[in-house]
Amino acid sequence: MSESDSSPKIQTTIETGDEASRDAPLDARDTVIETRDLNVYYGDEQALDGVSMEIFEHDVTALIGPSGCGKSTFLRCINRMNDMIEVCRVEGDVEFGGKNVYDDDVDPVALRRKIGIVFQKPNPFPKSIRDNVAYGLKIQGYEGDVDERVEESLKAAALWDEVKDQLDSSGLDLSGGQQQRLCIARAIAPDPEVILMDEPTSALDPVAASKIEDLIDDLAEEYTVIIVTHNMQQAARISDRTAVFLTGGRLVEYDDTTKIFEDPEEQRVEDYITGKFG
Amino acid sequence: MSNESDSGVGSLQRSGFVVRKERLYGRLIAASAGLTILVTVGIILALSGRALSFWSQISPIAFFTGTNWSPVIANSYGVLPLISGTLIVTIFSALIALPIGLAAAIYLSEYASDTARSILKPALEILAGVPTVIYGYMALVYVTPLIDGFLPISVQLVPAGVPILPEFTLVMPSLGTFNALSASVVVGIMIIPMVSSISEDALSAVPDSLRQGGYGLGSTKFDVSTRIVVPSATSGIVASYVLAISRAIGETMAVTMAMGMSPQMPYFPNVLRNLAESSQTITAAMVQIAGADSYGSGPTYEAMFALGMTLFAITLIMNVLAELVRRRFREEY
Repeated sequence: MSESDSSPKIQTTIETGDEASRDAPLDARDTVIETRDLNVYYGDEQALDGVSMEIFEHDVTALIGPSGCGKSTFLRCINRMNDMIEVCRVEGDVEFGGKNVYDDDVDPVALRRKIGIVFQKPNPFPKSIRDNVAYGLKIQGYEGDVDERVEESLKAAALWDEVKDQLDSSGLDLSGGQQQRLCIARAIAPDPEVILMDEPTSALDPVAASKIEDLIDDLAEEYTVIIVTHNMQQAARISDRTAVFLTGGRLVEYDDTTKIFEDPEEQRVEDYITGKFG
Repeated sequence: MSNESDSGVGSLQRSGFVVRKERLYGRLIAASAGLTILVTVGIILALSGRALSFWSQISPIAFFTGTNWSPVIANSYGVLPLISGTLIVTIFSALIALPIGLAAAIYLSEYASDTARSILKPALEILAGVPTVIYGYMALVYVTPLIDGFLPISVQLVPAGVPILPEFTLVMPSLGTFNALSASVVVGIMIIPMVSSISEDALSAVPDSLRQGGYGLGSTKFDVSTRIVVPSATSGIVASYVLAISRAIGETMAVTMAMGMSPQMPYFPNVLRNLAESSQTITAAMVQIAGADSYGSGPTYEAMFALGMTLFAITLIMNVLAELVRRRFREEY
C-alpha cells in the first residue's frame, strides 16, 4: 500500500526542487528537531522513557503506537503544550534549531509561534472564518496585508474555494472536515517552521479525512510535519518517516516508512503493524 | 420484582399508581412555574390600575416631560429629574462594576490557583450578601469623606482663545453630605459580585480546546483570556451586565441614604456637579411617598404607582435589549 501511494508523490515533488532533501540520504538532510533521552512524567507515572530521535526538514514524520504509548505526549513536548499540565515533568533535551526548548531562557509563547499545532477535534474559535485565520497574525503583530495572508493560508489549506464567499460567517458553521482545514489554515497563517498534528483526522468521516491527508502531503513542501495517528494505513500513505512507540513510552523503532511497514527490525513492531496486538 | 424472570409480561404492565404519581409530580412542577407568571401578571395589574388612575388626573405628557418633581409642595409631577437621578447612579455604578467585575471574573476563571479561588469566591458572595442599608451608611460615613479629601478638582479642558470652542473648565466640586458620587460608588461595589459570579460561570464554560488552540498559536495567557475566552463568553457576560444594571436601577436603600431626596435635573455642560450634589432616584421618591402623610389617597399617593410602572418599564426594556444582544452573540461550540 505504501509503495503504490508514495511513488506518485515522489514524481510530483521532483519539480519543486526544495523537496530534494526528502529523498536524499539521511546524513545530507537537515535536522529540525532532535530529542535526547527525553523522559516525561505525569506525577509518578512515566509517559516517555528515554526517547531520542531526529526529525528532518520537510519530512512528514508519523508517530504511531497503541493508546497510552506516549506518542501524543511526545508531540506536545515539542512545542511545550505540556507546560499547561501542572503534574507534567520533562527531563532531557528537545532541540529545535540547535536550541533546547526547555532551557530557562526559552519563551514557550515564541516557540509556539514557530511550531504550530492542529488538534484531534477541530477547535475553530467562535469568530468569523477570516478572524480565525487572522488570529495568529494579529497576536504576532503581522505587518503585511492580513487579508492577503488569510487568502494564501486558506488556499494552502484547500479551503479557499469553499469559503471565499462567506469569510465573515462563523467558523463554527462549517462542517467538521472544513473546520479542521480551517484550523490548519489558522496554524499555517503565521508561517511556522513545523506543524504538529495530533490525530487530525480521527474525528472526521473518511472523505474529509482523505482531503486532510492530501493536504498534509502538500504542506510538507513548505513545512516540516509531525503527525500522531492511530491509523497505520494513514501513516503508511502520508509519511516519509515513521516512529513506532509501544507501551511504556519507549520509542521502539524509527526509520523510513517503507522500511517500517515492509521490513521492520523489531518483531514487536511487525506484530503491531500486522495487527497481532495493539 | 422477584417474579420478574418467570412472568415477563407482568413486569411490562402499566401501573396505574405510577402513572398517577408521575402526573401529580408534573402538575406540581408546572404549578410552581405558573406561580411565577401569576405573580408577575399580578404585579403589573396592581401597578397599572393605580397608575392609570394617576395618569387620568395628571397628564402623562406632563409626567414624562416635566422637569420639576415636587409632589407635595408644588403639586408638580415631572419625572425627568428622578429618571436623571436613577440614570446617574446606574451609569456611574456600572462604570465601576462592569470592568472590575469582569476583571475579577477573568482572574477567577483563568488566572487564580485553586487555593485563591476557594478563598475569593466565598468572599465575593459575602459581599453580595451585605444588607444594602449597610452600604448606605458606609457611603455617608466613610466613602464621602474619603473621596472629598481629593476634591475639589478643576481641569481646564478648553483654554481661552481657542477658535470656535468656548472656554471650558471641568469642575468637580467638593461633595455635599448627600451626593450621587458616593451612592454610585457603593452601588457599584454592591453589584460587582453579580457581574463577577455570572461572568465567571460563562468564562469557565468556554471549552478548554479553544484555550489550547490559542496557546498553540503562540498566545500569551492574556491573549487567550481577552481575545478568545472573553469573546466566546459574550452572551453570558452580557447577561451578567444586564442583571447587575437592573439591580442598580432598582436599588433603593443605599441610594436613599447616600444620595438624599433632592430631585435634580442634569447640569449642562458640567454634569460632574450632579455627582457632588444630592439627587433623588425613582426608587427613593417612592420611598418618600410611602413614608409620607398622604399615604393611601390622592394623586401623590398614586404617583407612587406611576413611578413603579416607569421603573418596571425601564428594567423591562433593559431585559429585552439584553436578550437580543445575548441571542446575537450566542455561540454553540
